[in-house]
This record gives sequence, C-alpha cells and structure tokens, in this order.
Amino acid sequence: MGMKHLLGAVTLAAIAAVPAAAQTVIGVSIPAATHGWAGGMNFHAQEAVDRLEATYPELDFVLATASDPAKQVNDIEDMVATRNISALVVLPFESEPLTGPVKGVADSGAWVTVVDRGLSEEGIEDLYVAGDNPGFGVTSGEYMVSKMPDGGNIVVLRGIPTTIDNERVEGFQSAIEGSGIEILAMEHGNWNRDDSFTVMQDFLSKYPQIDAVWASDDDMAIGVLAAIEAAGRDDIQFVLGGAGMKEMVARVRDGDTMIPADVTYPPSMIATAIELTALNFVSTAPVSGDFIIGSVLITPENADKFYYPDSPF
Amino acid sequence: MKFDLKVWGPIIALIVLCVAGAFMNENFLSAANITNVLSRSAFIGIIAVGMTFVITTGGLDLSVGSMAAFIAGVMILIMNYLIPSMGVTVGVVLIGMAAALALGFVAGLLNGLLITKMRIEAFIVTLGGLGIFRSLVTWLADGGTISLDFDMRTFYRPVYYDGILGISWPIIVFAIVAILGEIAMRYTAYGRHCAAIGSNEQVARYSAVHVDRVRTATYVILGVLVGVATIMYVPRLGSASSSTGVLWELEAIAAVIIGGTTLQGGFGRVWGTVIGVLILSLIGNLLNLTDYVSPYLNGAIQGVIIILAVVLQREKRASR
Repeated sequence: MGMKHLLGAVTLAAIAAVPAAAQTVIGVSIPAATHGWAGGMNFHAQEAVDRLEATYPELDFVLATASDPAKQVNDIEDMVATRNISALVVLPFESEPLTGPVKGVADSGAWVTVVDRGLSEEGIEDLYVAGDNPGFGVTSGEYMVSKMPDGGNIVVLRGIPTTIDNERVEGFQSAIEGSGIEILAMEHGNWNRDDSFTVMQDFLSKYPQIDAVWASDDDMAIGVLAAIEAAGRDDIQFVLGGAGMKEMVARVRDGDTMIPADVTYPPSMIATAIELTALNFVSTAPVSGDFIIGSVLITPENADKFYYPDSPF
Repeated sequence: MKFDLKVWGPIIALIVLCVAGAFMNENFLSAANITNVLSRSAFIGIIAVGMTFVITTGGLDLSVGSMAAFIAGVMILIMNYLIPSMGVTVGVVLIGMAAALALGFVAGLLNGLLITKMRIEAFIVTLGGLGIFRSLVTWLADGGTISLDFDMRTFYRPVYYDGILGISWPIIVFAIVAILGEIAMRYTAYGRHCAAIGSNEQVARYSAVHVDRVRTATYVILGVLVGVATIMYVPRLGSASSSTGVLWELEAIAAVIIGGTTLQGGFGRVWGTVIGVLILSLIGNLLNLTDYVSPYLNGAIQGVIIILAVVLQREKRASR
C-alpha cells in the first residue's frame, strides 16, 4: 500500500532466534488521544497490539498513553523498571524531553523504534518509522497543479506553527512553483475546525475571487467548507484537505466535487511500527533502518482502500 | 460630565480599531464581515456576560471552555440517540437545547456549591472542572470527534446562520443576554449584592445579603449561559471534540477585564464586557484581513491590548 520503501541500513546479523520459552515484552508509548489524528493513532495501536498478541503467544505488549511529555517519560521509566521490556515503540510527544529517556532505554540494550517525530540526537533508534511531511506538501501541490493547469488563485490554511507544518508548506510551494498558481494568503488554522472556519470567513471577505483552497488537513477542510457554504460563494472549485479522516475519504469516494481528493498522513503508521518491531523478535527478517511512509493521493478510484469504518478518525 | 478614561477607554479603542479596519480593507465594514465578526463573538460574548457577574462577586471560573465542549458533546450524543425514534424533528432539537441548559445549570451549581459550601477556592474548583470536562469530552469522543447526524445538522443549521431581518440568531441572542445582564447588574438588588460581596464580603454579610446564595447563583447563571452559547455553537460545524472551546475561559476573562470590570471584584460593567469581546474578535479579524503583521504575533497583539486596558483602569483607580 503506497510507496513504502525500506531504506534499510545494514542490519547486524546478530539478531538470533528468540528462545521459545521466554516471554518478550514490547512497550508501546504514545501520546493520548487529544485530537482526531491522535485518536486514530491510538485506535490503530490498540488494534495492532491485539492482533499481534493473538498471532504470537510469545509476545507480550504494554501500551501506555501520555497526555504530556513528562507523563510519557514516567511511562517509559516504569516500563523499563517493572516490565523489563525488550523493545520500545515510542511516538515522542516532543523530541527534546524524550531524547534522554529513550537513549537510556537504548543503552540498556533494548530495541528502540521511534515513530513520526525524530529524537534530537541521531543514531539512538534501531528503527525509524515516519510520515513524509515534505512529500505530503509536494503531493498536495502536484495535485493542485494537475487540477488547475491554467493556474489560479488559492488560499492556504496552515497548521500549528511547527517544523512539521513548515516542511509541508515548503514542499507545497516548491511543487506549485512556476505553475501559475498564486497563493493569495496563508494563515494558521491550527489543525482546528473552529479556527479554520474563522480564518476562511475572513479570507472570503478579503478576496472576491478564490479558485481553490489548500486546507492541508481534514479537520481544517471541514471548517473551510462550512465557511464557504455559509457565505454562499460559488467561485471556489474545490478544497484539498489532508491526513485521511474517514468522513473526508467517504466524500472523495462518493464523488463530492468540492472534495475531489485527499492526501494521506496515516495515523496507522503506529501499526506499521509495532508490526515491524514484533517482526524483529519473531522472524529473521531484518527491520532496522528508516521506514518512510509516503503520502498518497486518495482519489475516488482508490478511496475504498483508505476507509476504516471502525476508526474514530 | 468629566471625561473619564476608564469609561471611555474601551469605547475609544473599539472606534479606533473600526476606523483603522475601514482604512486597511474596504471589505471590513461590509455587512457580511460585520455579521461574521458579531456571530463568532457571540459564544465568548454570552459566556463573558455571565463571567462578569462571577468576577464582580470576586470569583473566577476557569472551567467554562471545557464545560462548553462537554455540553456540546453530550448534546450531540443525545440528539443522535433520539433521531432513530423521533426522526429529524423540532422536538429533538428542543430536547437537545433543554439538555444543554440543564447540564449547564447542574455544572454551574456544582461549581457554586463546592465554592460556597465546601469553602474551596474558586480557582481550584474550576481548574479541576477544566481538566474534568476536557477529559470527559475526549473520552466520549473516543479521542476523535463527535459529529451530529448529517440530516440533523442541515435541519439545525439555521440556528447559527439564519436570523430575523438579516441579523443572525447568535447576534440576537448575544444582544438579549447582554441587555438582560446590563439591567440585572445596574438596576436590580442582585447586581448590587454581587458588587457588595466582591467589594467586602464581611460587610455584605452583616448587611443581610445572602452571600452564599448570591455567589452560587453567579456560577449557576454562568453555567446556563455556557449552555446557551453551546446551543448556538453546535449548529455551526455540527461537531464537538477535545479541541472545542479551548481557551474560551481566558478569552472571556480577558474581555471582562478589558471592559472595565475589576479582577478583584466589587465593580462590574456588562456593556464594557460586550465592548471587550468585540475588541478581541476585531483584532483577530483585522489581522486576517491584512498582511502587515506576521500571524505568529496575533497572540502578542491581543496580550498588549489586554495589558493596556488594565493600565488605563489603574490610572483611574489611583486618582480616585
């Protein structure tokens, strides 16, 4: 699924078969479900853990969710102290505060898989699984160009000011360069429906002619659509969101002209990370290195594959 | 009448913002933009009117933003639950609205009783509420978003977007709440009791004011008004999540202070709160309509305005 590629560094061939009797405990530490994407990530983590525990009786998982970086550090310390984990799968709340504690786990000899947000120091983790933020922007930009071959005026809603957001926007800008698409304005909607609604209302007041909107996130796309609908404007041809929220995927699948496509940044990447980590202990397949999950364009043709009815996201 | 900066300060600030806005963007004074700004001010505005009474009495409520998110979530769940049996009808909407008001009433009563009967600091009680309600809505939503049934949303939508004579419902409700609040604060015994308690609780008690009852009532009124704000909020996007109503409590408190109510209590001004709400919303609107300031600095500009407003009041207090 998607253009996954395993940029495998050479695995040390030292990974021997696990003694059958001993239980291998894998710790999974992730941020709590405080917003839609994280909710989906929690769902997929739980699902992966359940599935793997059923498949491999010799594996044991301990899953902890943290609502802030300090709690996450405590969780990890507890896992090491009380559960004697052989591996840690961690999606760091923030890079800086988690780097030290995760390094401690790695130094103790346990396998470390880092997901989505890299640590501040390189070379700690055995496996790095992440989405492709510049690629997310590029895929979105390329779609915009293909949809508006003659150029046009667009407005852009940005997320919370972070490196993730900057990388996406830079990717987007490089992809539309020279295409005749002009960005009228960019403003932060903070990956939030209410904020994006307000920002879009103001964009609509400010610009009499907008051809398309890069909402860059599905939650923000919902706010944008509500603002456009309320203003009764028909100059906007389409809105491009991102992430792969199930309601939006459904609209793409059903051929909604305002939402002709979506770009993935799958919360299920946590499942990829857990599965690969488990693989390290139950098989001889080498899994160390960087695993970058590409951002894929969802269109009506392939939307079914990206629709998870049970996921909260 | 002597020119009083404390009275005129917020009004002048509002006028300056409006004039500046009109020069910077010709669409600023358009009916559509004015409607947008006033409608989106309504949530914070309705809550801030209630907050004015709480602060005048010397209290504080940090739980209102989370409470709004929680009430919105429960209201949507109740409406979704009733649709299979009752269909997409006015009845469902009315039950949803009644539930929102009832929840607000109960939540406000709990806050009030914990503060007056258990003698716990308002800051602590409502800080606890802030965490509890926020967690509850996250839990109810399973970490995601609680969405109103699509047909129901279309049916309920006019409550935010439509109105009478081109004036949308949120603006009308906000105006009614503000006018009633102003009357209650200025012309009723209740308003005077609030100010008396905020100014000196002991003296108020000796003057036969039912301090605990008046104080509890301010939290109940605020809770019910949070319910009212939620009733206007839900039809806008038809959803509630853990990111709903984040920081509303601080915006409401800021609006109250900008409007001239003293944070220590003892003096409240409802019309000032309305001006404060409008000033905060207009700043956001102007920053979106213009490109002069980096969006990273929005918060800084709001912060400067809040501090300036208090500085102006301080001058007056010193000369009194």
